[in-house]
Order: sequence, then structure tokens, then C-alpha cells
Amino acid sequence: MNTYKVRDHKDTRSGYGAALLEIAKDNDQIVGLCADLTGSLKMGDFAKAYPERFFQSGISEANMMGVAAGMATAGKIPFPSTFANFGSGRVYDQIRQSIAYSNKNVKICVSHAGLTLGEDGATHQMLEDLGMMKMLPNMTVINPCDYTQTMQATKAAAEHYGPVYLRFGRPKMPVFIPEDMPFKIGEAIKLTQGNDVTIIATGHLVWPAIQAEQRLKEKGISAEVINIHTIKPLDTKAIVESVKKTHCVVTAEEHMLNGGLGESVAHTLAKNYPAPMEMIGVDDTFGESGKPDELMEKYGLTDKNIVEAALKVFHRK
Amino acid sequence: MTSTTELQKIANQVRRDIIRMVHAVNSGHPGGSLGCTDFMTALYFEVMDHDPSNFSMEGKGEDVFYLSNGHISPLWYSILARNGYFDISELKTFRKLNSRLQGHPATEEGLPGIRIASGSLGQGMSAALGHALAKKLDSDNKIVYSLHGDGELQEGQIWEAALFGASRKIDNIIATVDYNGQQIDGPVQKVNDLGDLKAKWEAFGWITLEMNGHAFDDILKTMEKAKSMTGQGKPVIILMHTDMGHGVDYMQGTHEWHGKAPDDELAQKALEQLPETLGDY
Repeated sequence: MNTYKVRDHKDTRSGYGAALLEIAKDNDQIVGLCADLTGSLKMGDFAKAYPERFFQSGISEANMMGVAAGMATAGKIPFPSTFANFGSGRVYDQIRQSIAYSNKNVKICVSHAGLTLGEDGATHQMLEDLGMMKMLPNMTVINPCDYTQTMQATKAAAEHYGPVYLRFGRPKMPVFIPEDMPFKIGEAIKLTQGNDVTIIATGHLVWPAIQAEQRLKEKGISAEVINIHTIKPLDTKAIVESVKKTHCVVTAEEHMLNGGLGESVAHTLAKNYPAPMEMIGVDDTFGESGKPDELMEKYGLTDKNIVEAALKVFHRK
Repeated sequence: MTSTTELQKIANQVRRDIIRMVHAVNSGHPGGSLGCTDFMTALYFEVMDHDPSNFSMEGKGEDVFYLSNGHISPLWYSILARNGYFDISELKTFRKLNSRLQGHPATEEGLPGIRIASGSLGQGMSAALGHALAKKLDSDNKIVYSLHGDGELQEGQIWEAALFGASRKIDNIIATVDYNGQQIDGPVQKVNDLGDLKAKWEAFGWITLEMNGHAFDDILKTMEKAKSMTGQGKPVIILMHTDMGHGVDYMQGTHEWHGKAPDDELAQKALEQLPETLGDY
């Protein structure tokens, strides 16, 4: 524990594509749907290997979600896939009625979430999806942190019965989760052991959280980094246990603060163990065009911001 | 084969059920329900190949049905109960607390016969097409049926589905439109005109038929024809001419009773026009 090596740099969406290809081999009920973004969602290999199980939906996401719901009714395990903005807000009502309320075994797979989408700008930088999805009863919401964890999450989603929202990103990011690290939907992963502050991170903010832990160690503060890959159902036990030990917490996510993971953690702690808290996330504003790194810096989503927040919350104890 | 006289008898009782259900809770949608009663009676009691005593969500080896205009739920519940999917006594729980008979159809309570929630309009055709594609993958040659309101066709998702169904050559679906020309705010033509609906569906690549939704012989003949046209590389849709509120004189042909229940006096007046043929629930 406590030492993670960057083995490679890969995009999480590629982890989805690779896992889909793999699981489709053993499970012929798996079907893929895509709304004109096959390359972006890395579904090309799947589509080539299983053309009869790949359904190009064209630019009509509402219909794609409904078709997926109908296929699931008939016993298939559909993976409708598109960008995060088109796979959440644009089709919220379709997801709500035909998938979540109807409890269909549909795996909604979205990519290019968050600011790290970069140059395309705010129209496509979906920062509200986790909030929208976590509010839906029956919905499981997963936001994996690297290529390896995305592969694990995709496989786990296929095994899990019920609607799942899986969120990926566009740029290549550090691959650091060991391949033999266990992954279970709804179970947090304690990445480092610490006593002074708990850092709860999800998605692209997990690697910066690990870097922050190193920098805090140099300052004599031991941080416990917890990776929440499953936003819902939330592993409240792991969160409360850690904060009972450290008595303060920082959350970090590439998402709007309103409705995000931080809000879920605050909800949990308010009920179980109130403690000083800081939240890293986007604060009630849309994004803009720019390079992913520039955007993460401008909007305060870096390891440096996590360190500052940790010091602040540590001194509030 | 169920005779048209027999179908008429069932439809009469179903219409009584609808009036009694919406009257009991002073809410619900009698207009569209009464208008689609003859079609749904023919569909469930004659046209579809299905097993009411052994409902499965997947419906493998069976014809399946999707109701897209979910607000006509009292009709569907009565049909399902009268057809043997569940006991008719349950109809008295319609729209009440802890009931499986929700205001709009839902799967959460596990009511046999319901495969997906509907109510928010425009979603059922996509789901029906998905089920039809899955049947093709499973080499299951049974048919997927769906029903839609005409006002519902104002939803964009319907036309996404229309494009997709034709471009994917989904030819094991028979959709039906309740073409009554009425919606909540008034005549469809005034609210948001659908224009030449037949030409639109044909232009989208669907085999488009028309029928009189209140003549059993025409319904049965047209459904037979529709069945014979499946498997030809094109989806099939039927524009079914109906009167909203058919069977109750003061409800007929107006949008006034789209989503309103009759009071005691008017309910009585309606029931007098609909003789009890199979025994009330």
C-alpha cells in the first residue's frame, strides 16, 4: 500500500472498449448501441467482432435509450453509449421512465465527461450528470478513475442486474490501479492509510489525490485516500469509519459541487459523524475551451488544490 | 376464433370497467380508453399469440405489446384482467395507495402484462423496436405490437424511432395509432397539425394501413393483413380511425373527457349505455 506507479497513460474510454470486447466473447446477451460516436467510445473493435450485436443508432439518443430498454426487456444486456452530455441531460426523461423506473438491465456508457474534454468547450463538458443520475431510484452510478478500473467497472456492470450509469473521460491519464486490485460495485477502495485527514476522490481526481497524499506526507500530515468509484450506492461505512479516525475530510471530483460526490459525503457525515469538510469540484459555473490541464488548473481541480484544502481542513479540526 | 359478437360483449364490459374505475377515484383518462377499447379487445382476445396465465417479461416465443400512450391505463388494466393476467377484483385498486394499478402503467409493482413504464409520451415505439430487434437476434418470429396516441406523435422521439425502424428494416413490429384527432387542449389539427399522416409514415419507410377502430370485422381483417406484411423488410403502422370516448354518447368525439372522470350522475348515465355483459368486478 501507499505506493502507486504510473504504468502507462491511457484514456478511460479505451478501458471501456477493451472490456466490452472481452465480455462480449463470453456473454452473447451483451449488445452495444452507439449514437454516431463509435470511434470516440472505442466501440470499433466490438462492432467489428460482433456486427450482429452492434446497433448504430445515429444521432438520436432518446430513441437509443428506448431501444436499449426494449432490448433489456427481452433479456439482452444493452450498452447504449454516447458522450456524457447526450447520455444524461439530453435524455433524462427517457432514462428516468424507460430505464430507471422500469428497472431495466441497461448499462448507459458515457464518455468525454467533465472539463478534461478540453477544447470543445462548455456545451460538451458535462459536469452535472452524476448528480442527475444519483437522484434516480434503481440507478447505480460508477465513475472509474483509470483505464484498469474502467475495465473492471465495465465487467462488473455487466454482471450486475439493473440500470447502471458508467462515466468515462477523453484524454489519456495515468494508469495506476494495480490489475489485481479487487473491484466491487459499491465498495470504496482505501488507496492509502492515514490518520490526519481523509481525502475522498473519484474519477480523474484520484491520481491527483494520491499525489497530494505524497506532498502532505512531506509536510508531516498523513492522508487516507479513499477512492469512491461507485457514487451510488455510496459506501457510507468506509467513509464514516475513515473520518472517525481522521476527524476531517476533503472530497475531490471533476463534477459540479451541487449534486456531486462531495454533497453525498456531506449528507452521510451530517447524519453520522459531522466533521470539518472541504470540497474540490466545479463551483456553479460552466466550463470553457482550453487544454485539459489548463482547465483543471483554472477551475481548481489539481493536486495542489487538494493539498491546500487538506491543510485548511486539518487546521479546522 | 372469438366471434365479433363475443368481442363486442367483452368490449362492452371493458367500457363499463373503465367508467367504474375512473369514477371510483374521480381521476384518470376515460376518453382515449373508450376509444381504443375495441382495438385492445380484438388484439388481446383474438389477434395476439400470448399466454395470460404465464406472463414473462421477456415474452420469448410470444407476441408482445407495448402501450406508449400510458394514460389509457384503465383500458389496459381491464383488458389484462378480463384476459386472465390477474384477477378482476384488483381493478378496484386502480390509482389507490399501495396498488399495482398505478395511474400510469409501471413495472415496479410487478403487475403481469406490463413490460415497461409509460406515461411520459413518445417513448413506447423505441422500446417496442428494441424488443423487436432482440426477437430477431433470438430467431423468435413472433410480433411486437404497440399503440400510440395521435397527439403523442408530436413528440420528437417518435420520429427518431420511425427513422430507425425503417433504416434498420425492423419488420416484425405492427404499431397502431389511435387517430382520434383529439388531445388535451383541443383538436390535434388546431394544437399542432400532424398534416398528411399517412404520407408522413410512408415517407419514413413504413408500410401504412388504415382501419376503422370501431368495426371488429375491419380491425380483424386489417390486423390479418398487417401480419401478412411483416417480414418484408419494412415496419408496419396502422392509422386507426376512432372517436375519443366511443360508447358513451356525451363523451364521444370531444377532447373534454380526455383526462376527467364523470361525477355520480354522469357515471350512471354512461353505465346505462353499457350493459353489464360479463359481470362487474
